[in-house]
Amino acid sequence: MTTVEDKGQTDGELNALSQKGQDLLNTVTRVLGSRQVKTGVLLDRPQISVDPQEIAEVCRSLKDDPRTSFKTLLCMAAVDYKEYIQMVYFLLSMEKEYTLAVKVDLPYDSPQLPTISGVWRAADWYEREAHDLFGVEFEGHPDPSPLLLYEGFEGYPGRKEFPFHEYDEY
Amino acid sequence: MTTVGGSEELQSDQHVDLMLNMGPQHPSTHGVFRMLLRVDGEVVLDAEPHIGYLHRGSEKLSEGEQYNQVITLFDRLDYISNFNNEWVYCRAVERLMGLEIPERAEYIRVILGELNRIASHLLFLGTFGLDAGAMTPVMFSFRGRERIQALFEAVSGARMMHNYFHIGGLKEDVPDNFPQLMTKLLSEIWVDVEECDKLLSFNEVFVARTKGVGAIDLETAIDYGWTGPCLRACGLEYDVRRAEPYSLYDRFDFDVPVGKDGDCWDRYFVRVLEMYQSLVIIEQALKDMPPGPVMALGRRLIRPPKGDVYVRAENPRGEIGVYLVSDGTDKPYRVKVRPPSFCSLSALRHLVKGAYIADAVVILGSLDIVLGEVDR
Repeated sequence: MTTVEDKGQTDGELNALSQKGQDLLNTVTRVLGSRQVKTGVLLDRPQISVDPQEIAEVCRSLKDDPRTSFKTLLCMAAVDYKEYIQMVYFLLSMEKEYTLAVKVDLPYDSPQLPTISGVWRAADWYEREAHDLFGVEFEGHPDPSPLLLYEGFEGYPGRKEFPFHEYDEY
Repeated sequence: MTTVGGSEELQSDQHVDLMLNMGPQHPSTHGVFRMLLRVDGEVVLDAEPHIGYLHRGSEKLSEGEQYNQVITLFDRLDYISNFNNEWVYCRAVERLMGLEIPERAEYIRVILGELNRIASHLLFLGTFGLDAGAMTPVMFSFRGRERIQALFEAVSGARMMHNYFHIGGLKEDVPDNFPQLMTKLLSEIWVDVEECDKLLSFNEVFVARTKGVGAIDLETAIDYGWTGPCLRACGLEYDVRRAEPYSLYDRFDFDVPVGKDGDCWDRYFVRVLEMYQSLVIIEQALKDMPPGPVMALGRRLIRPPKGDVYVRAENPRGEIGVYLVSDGTDKPYRVKVRPPSFCSLSALRHLVKGAYIADAVVILGSLDIVLGEVDR
């Protein structure tokens, strides 16, 4: 199986976005100011990539700034790309009716990033789940005990290296 | 904190906090769910939910199956509303492939999806009544649900776990007598829903047990990621079918019911009103349903192009989302589900603090969780 190349979006792909999506990306860049932000597109949704260590501050400003007001954290997904682990955050603004995907790349050996459970309470369980299944460490998480797995489970079953379909059929 | 038991003699003036273990085999937890309650008499001081008893690794298993085979795994996530789950997954793959599906298939998907919503809410109505101590409504609501499941069986061959929505359309067309079956079913379901509504909604004991119990304000609910009926009960009119219309939902005329106080009764009543709206949608869809093919693809291996997609849909329990990553092979690279009742359940601790033990049961019931989806 090959790894997915999703780095490096071209301007042509950005044009696939609706006017509303492009406006949103411009607003987000302005809200985040001096921070390093790479804009892109997730099929038909606006997407940004940020530095892992800045994720908590980025989320905080995206939530609190009235220009974006992403009050809801829809989903947090960890994806194992073998060379690195990617966290994808889906934010939703119900009043302005748009979504934004925030992507963060983490090194495979030590996937660590600050927790955002202080920004949205919804992140609490999502982070525990990502910790269980992918071994992502969230610095400052109030209760990183296993959520879906039992205490003492070894290995990270979400990762590609975790063996599965290796049983005997009778 | 002192534990009861052991050699200590209890004095009548001594104050003791008690740890109470509820579940995983407790009838009111609607599946294998356990919560640890720290109680002082009848009052819950703190609660710690434990989930994961039904964790089957569905997301990981999806990575080992071909695209069409994953549908069966989605059936088993939220096993009360199977059609809605199949639907959102099929839409994710179709979106990635840029596939337009035949109009007739879309209409049938809407009809079955909305029927499934009614079946799911009927199940909720019955079991929520049981949680609050009403034994009769469950008999009535299960009768209505049984009628819907008989139709599902006539259409797909299975009462649950249908595997009927396929990527590109449907497995096969509906039976020839589908319009007659639907006309008969609709007239019966209208009566069933009204009957259940009349039986329970304004029952004095039921209202006393649920009104003002487990209230949550809108801001906290949004912070916990609540969606669907639970969020609408707090007074926000937000429905994915409206906000980001998918399939044919922009063609139908329907209301989005909202509550006011965000308590258990509002969460219940929003669902009752939703059943009427689903019936309204089904009636419109049945009237406009065109003839034609129901499958856009021939039988072949599905290989979506490289890329990722996030698809949202309104399930009976709230907003479900599917994040699908494809690497161009015949199996998905990563499937991540955003389970709506996972988010509702994460607020349980906040809700039951300070409530009575008996109310904790009602609060849990009002969230309408399905553990197959919470644990995945």
